[in-house]
Amino acid sequence: MELKTKVHAEEGKLELIVTREFDLPLELLFRAYTEPEIVEEWMGTKVLTLENKKHGSWQFETTDPTGNKHLFSGTIHDFVPEEKIIRTFEMENTGFGVQLEFLEFEKLTDDTSKLRMHILYKTLEERAQYLKIGMARGMGLAHNRLEKIAIKFKK
Amino acid sequence: MNLRRDVFQAIADPTRRAILVLVATHAMTAGAIAANFDTARPTVSKHLAILTECELLKQEQNGREIYYHLNPQKMKEIADFIEPFRKTWDDRFNKLEAVMKKYQTKK
Repeated sequence: MELKTKVHAEEGKLELIVTREFDLPLELLFRAYTEPEIVEEWMGTKVLTLENKKHGSWQFETTDPTGNKHLFSGTIHDFVPEEKIIRTFEMENTGFGVQLEFLEFEKLTDDTSKLRMHILYKTLEERAQYLKIGMARGMGLAHNRLEKIAIKFKK
Repeated sequence: MNLRRDVFQAIADPTRRAILVLVATHAMTAGAIAANFDTARPTVSKHLAILTECELLKQEQNGREIYYHLNPQKMKEIADFIEPFRKTWDDRFNKLEAVMKKYQTKK
């Protein structure tokens, strides 16, 4: 099956661009990012804080299958309803650096919309690590173990 | 079973990805690997055969046991892990879409 998500990761660049078209009106797509109970539902995370405003902050807590809790957080740099969210993202206590995310929401038709995530990393190594974690996270495994594995893959 | 498979096909399967993660930390026998899954032993053996065939896993004889370990060289070929990363996000976004469709009909 063809994946609807596109990932653009040019060699030697600090950025990553993820785009996806949704069979949803823009209003619903945006709500999926801003209403805590909806975020919890599709991301499988607990929303501790989600201040949808300029200078706001956010913090999510995810419990992995072995019961360990992981915190993800950042600040919201800019917030324009149904248009964009600019925020930082960091996996707390992992040694992974902070990244800057530009989320752009776009209406395509009355029933379809598009999301473009433009992510910036401090170093190329961090981008590579994040890609590897993304793969491993999809397998739903414990975080500390994933880090060890990601480091191993790096060799 | 003598189909030629590429690495991407090999890692498209969640069980096979989990096997790779398992052996990433240390080499394991087929039995030890199978003990981590609910799947029947022959199914795990089939996955091991596919992973070995596309060289993601290497076999090493140690006494009477055969140990499977990760072939880092081949892992590198999975260009920056972009495909699995993309799959992860695609699954996540599919979930978002499904959840929101429910909210759509509620209205």
